[in-house]
Amino acid sequence: MDTVILLSQVLMSFALILAFVRVVRGPSLPDRVVALELFASIVVGMVGVYAIKMDVSSFLDAAIVIALMGFLAAIGFARFLERGGPRDD
Amino acid sequence: MIEMIKGFLILTGALFMLLAALGILRLPDLLTRMHATTKAAALGVILIMLSVAVHFGEVAVVARAFAIIVFVVMTAPVAAHVIGRAGYFVGSKLWSGTVKDELRPNYDPLTHELKSGLETEANAVHQPRESDR
Repeated sequence: MDTVILLSQVLMSFALILAFVRVVRGPSLPDRVVALELFASIVVGMVGVYAIKMDVSSFLDAAIVIALMGFLAAIGFARFLERGGPRDD
Repeated sequence: MIEMIKGFLILTGALFMLLAALGILRLPDLLTRMHATTKAAALGVILIMLSVAVHFGEVAVVARAFAIIVFVVMTAPVAAHVIGRAGYFVGSKLWSGTVKDELRPNYDPLTHELKSGLETEANAVHQPRESDR
């Protein structure tokens, strides 16, 4: 079980790095917002795996809050983008 | 047996998340990237939360894990829709191999108006309602 958890943590860290590359490179702001939303999802998964590893169920509350924050950030960024009109970046 | 189920769920979830990250890195434009991330990452979160529920096996924890699953299933499509809409209106470029863009001939980005293509002179005129004045 420990190897499985370690392997999944490595995979998710690699996924975080790939998403971060898109945040840095992303040609436009919507691309970066999508990458940040993916960030939030991956971190929720990492928190879940960590809760299993440490056998502490309270970490799930943190996962709920992170999921909520990711959703609200996505909605807020979308409102901000649409308010601004066409842009070229 | 339970250990095997847990390990399988965790590994598949992590693999789906890696798949989502690969998709966001490799796919060519905003909409295809979004199609990779929202579905695969949501499925990854669902699988990992299922394994959390199997691992703890208490009512309170299982309820919280299922609350996260329901939350993700409800919010992921909404967030994807909102960002995709904002991205299209902001004018992000589509991939050169895009086959169909049904909004393009009907949507005017300057006035932000959508046309059906069936307007006549008569019904294209804006008719204010009583409550508008």
